[in-house]
Amino acid sequence: MEVVFKEFPWVAVLILLPLLGGIVCFLFSGIAKFTGLMTVFFTALSVLGLGWQIFDNGVYRHAVGGWGAPLGIDLYADGLSLLMLAATAFVALGVSVYSAGYFERGYSTRFWPIWLFLLGALNALFLTADIFNLYVTLELMGLAAVALAGLAGGKNALTGAMRYLLATLLGSLVYLLGVALLYHGFGTVDITLLAQRAEASPVIWAAFGLIAAGLMLKTALFPLHFWLPPAHGSAPPPVSALLSALVVKASFYILLRLWLEIFGPLVSNTDVSTLFGLLGAAAILWGSVQALRQTRLKLMIAYSTVAQIGYLFLAFPLATAAGVAAWSAAMYLAFSHALAKAAMFLAAGNMLRFGGHDRISDLDRVVQRLPLAAAAFALAGMSIMGLPPSGGFIGKWLMLEVAIKQGRWEIVIVMILGGLLAAAYIFKVLGHTFTQAPSPHESKAVPASMEWSALLLAIAAVLLGFLAIPVLSLLNIGNPFGISEVTP
Amino acid sequence: MYFYALIGVGLFSVGLYALINYAHLLRKILALNVMGSGIFLILIALAKRTGETQPDVVPHAMVITGIVVAVSATALALTLMLKLAAETGRAELSEKDRD
Amino acid sequence: MNWNTWLPVLVVISSMLPGLIIFGLAEHRVRLRTILNLFGAVVKLFLVGWMLWGVYHGQHFETRLMLLPGLELVLRAGPLSLMFITLSSILWLVTTIYAIAYLEDSPNRSRFFGFFSLCVTATIGVALAGNLITFLLFYELLTLATYPLVVHRGTEEARRAGQSYLRYTIFGGALLLIGTVWLYSLTGTLEFAPQGGFLSEIGAEHHTSLIIIFALLIAGFGVKAALFPLHGWLPKAMVAPAPVSALLHAVAVVKAGAFGIVRVVYDVFGVEFATDLGVTGPLAWLAAFTIIYGSLRALFQDDLKRRLAYSTISQVSYIALGVAIAGPIAAIGGIIHLVHQGLMKITLFFCAGNLAETLGIHKISEMNGVGKRMPWTMAAFTIGAFGMIGAPPIAGFVSKWYLGTGALEVGQGWVLIVLAGSSLLNAAYFLPILHRAWFRDPPNNWPHEHDFGRKETAWPLLFPPIVTAVLALAAGILASAPFSPLEWGQIVAQREFYKP
Repeated sequence: MEVVFKEFPWVAVLILLPLLGGIVCFLFSGIAKFTGLMTVFFTALSVLGLGWQIFDNGVYRHAVGGWGAPLGIDLYADGLSLLMLAATAFVALGVSVYSAGYFERGYSTRFWPIWLFLLGALNALFLTADIFNLYVTLELMGLAAVALAGLAGGKNALTGAMRYLLATLLGSLVYLLGVALLYHGFGTVDITLLAQRAEASPVIWAAFGLIAAGLMLKTALFPLHFWLPPAHGSAPPPVSALLSALVVKASFYILLRLWLEIFGPLVSNTDVSTLFGLLGAAAILWGSVQALRQTRLKLMIAYSTVAQIGYLFLAFPLATAAGVAAWSAAMYLAFSHALAKAAMFLAAGNMLRFGGHDRISDLDRVVQRLPLAAAAFALAGMSIMGLPPSGGFIGKWLMLEVAIKQGRWEIVIVMILGGLLAAAYIFKVLGHTFTQAPSPHESKAVPASMEWSALLLAIAAVLLGFLAIPVLSLLNIGNPFGISEVTP
Repeated sequence: MYFYALIGVGLFSVGLYALINYAHLLRKILALNVMGSGIFLILIALAKRTGETQPDVVPHAMVITGIVVAVSATALALTLMLKLAAETGRAELSEKDRD
Repeated sequence: MNWNTWLPVLVVISSMLPGLIIFGLAEHRVRLRTILNLFGAVVKLFLVGWMLWGVYHGQHFETRLMLLPGLELVLRAGPLSLMFITLSSILWLVTTIYAIAYLEDSPNRSRFFGFFSLCVTATIGVALAGNLITFLLFYELLTLATYPLVVHRGTEEARRAGQSYLRYTIFGGALLLIGTVWLYSLTGTLEFAPQGGFLSEIGAEHHTSLIIIFALLIAGFGVKAALFPLHGWLPKAMVAPAPVSALLHAVAVVKAGAFGIVRVVYDVFGVEFATDLGVTGPLAWLAAFTIIYGSLRALFQDDLKRRLAYSTISQVSYIALGVAIAGPIAAIGGIIHLVHQGLMKITLFFCAGNLAETLGIHKISEMNGVGKRMPWTMAAFTIGAFGMIGAPPIAGFVSKWYLGTGALEVGQGWVLIVLAGSSLLNAAYFLPILHRAWFRDPPNNWPHEHDFGRKETAWPLLFPPIVTAVLALAAGILASAPFSPLEWGQIVAQREFYKP
């Protein structure tokens, strides 16, 4: 029994199950909701199975169909992939339960197939071992994300989705050009082989420039974030949750993976990591200030995502001297942000459904009338602000520690300022949940499943603060942040 | 061989210029397609890397995959554009499109 | 199972669990809510009594939970913690009784009592914290749990007060965080230890860093302790309901800040090392300035709760002063003032709440002859006020006596002038109130009178201030009895100043 579980190709399940589920949802719209929920549930179980597998056996590598690199497709899973898969599974569970209550009949049949395709694309992306398949999964993910963003229809949503589509297509084309250059230069698309063959050369620099630019656009790093707020702000709330929590992280994951394996050692020029750090710092400050200026709740949360992406890039300048610590901190922040931001969008969705609008100054005693949503927002906010004992606090603590040890006070100050600004915009919202609006509004009931899925995600983001030791030890399986290359 | 690759780069650049410069969405979508074709041309051209008689097959596989992806992306983009045009009466993204 | 490792956690849980359950209760389930509240308070008192007995007889109570490699959450019961949690849990019980009566028929009580319990939980956590990171955790939790109580009334004024409170406390929390991480990256430990661990062994090249860290930590705690110029939130926060002002802004929140200052000086830096670094002097001056400043501002307030708030600003700095004088006897004075000031100030706030609830009196100018209408309430108020002034035999006198003699012992005579000036000012802003209340004729109509039959007010409102006034009196008269605050203060000073 145990052997069966340990040898079972969980990675294949992780990719194929959502795609199959998506097809079933598409063909039999009557059972779309049920199929969708079941698929997500079993996909999450498969992450558990994979986790067990690589916890016991270490890094997992699987050649699909026995072809192997360079011609076939290789799947690869280490601690870093596992962390991203786990974040995806958690958010997917929460958002799916929420969506089951949120989408009415007509939208439901369109939502589930696209969402399952998105889930499959995300899982495939985190498990891919070659840069061309990364392109394919990236594009599949982007298209599914755009389709979801435009799902609700209406002028704002469609405009946001269109802008998003143009940005994401441009980003992946630029990335693809980088892939073409790398293949030309080194004759392989396999990451491990590339890491062995690549050497510092103009080709590497050109490829790096293209790939980094494409991925920065897709990750919405300042100043390439222009498409994010309209898209995330006008999509249906569960979709915004998926986009902010997972989709922007996926392109960051690719950038990080390629930086660690291929470019980092070669482009070992501090100017590059300093530039990433500067853009990250600018994103934190700019995104937070913009968030503070918003009058609409969902747009505020979307700008907050722009800011939180910035923290991930602060790890680049810190990692030159303390790789493992800085990357662990960044990934911890990414994980807790995924949970917290999903919870926050879902809670905002509840307030939106309840009051029929998301004007911050007009929230009208939500804390009394919709307490679970207010609680979810506040708890998620704790993690976003980085207050103890949340997951966001642990991430910030780790990063601050590295920054202070290296004497990088400018990074310390930016992080603290970002936290203060986050507190300002989150408590701006919370303050208005206590006051009464000048004119009373009609209110609409919110299903319990929507309230609890938001709250449970928020609680998970806080509890993550107590799980640092197991999470960090899982993260370091296969030594993804080591200076030496990963052995297959 | 590099001649074709350079044409590919040229197509990519022309596409990028058009994407940024034109307001009409159809032009933007076409521009993206031109950029894609440029990249495919580069891949094909560079496939004949080694001077052997048999060209490298991997880039061909990539291009075929890429074309499939590009077709579906274009389909989605066109649908979205039509919906947007039906909603707003214009197939453009204006700066003041939020209320 | 070893009780000694579980007891600190149970003490924290005894208020957290009722709080979380209360959140889920429907508004009309008054009886169940009351039972839960009182049950939690009594259980906590019992557990604290157990720990008190155990620590007195040399037992150790400690719980640890690994947070990150090398970073642990530690709850530990020492003499200093016990003083604070005993105070908090007694006053929680009393205030709960008071609050149940005070908020009768007002909306959103489940939310109120839920957050109220969480505040107590956070305060207990602050008291029991065995290292700086645990302290930080509960300190921030206290900020979060108090915020809903400040904005509880849901008015625009309350919201603004809440935003102001947060501006101060979140900023303070950020300074604290920098100081804590910095200290950790210098030393690799954040453990509280008597006489300050091994910070004194750190090389002299880091002394500038340590001085900055000290300033960051004191500023972080100074916000909640309402140290000048970080005191601005306290008078504004008086918009909260009376029980909140009483327990939280006279005891829990400001004391958490003052307690933090005590911890930093004694258990992080160590008095001796802090004095060598030259940081205690400025702290003493700042505290002295705050004492005089708060009293002066209090003189000019007509709103009773605001006058009490400025008085709090002044009085809490006695604790910082006692610690910063850096002598064992002054230390006793500062530490026991933590308890004494809590007892006296909560009495005053209870009485202010009674006046507002029963007669609609909010301003001092409306208090003419109120002693004849509400003699018991005003008797308790009088004891509290005389205690603040420092009249023997009330608790406040003992604090000031130790502070004064302690300052003389280490040759800091200027402190006596501060003490004398502050006592004069205390008299100047309290005696006119007493004069009005007892010796002027009452008006024909009170601003907004409630009828309680023959009693002067509802008994659950009257009982708490009388109890706390008696306790304040007892802490003065029975100062040398076993288990008195003074005795515990001496135990703490012993630990901090004399090598074993």
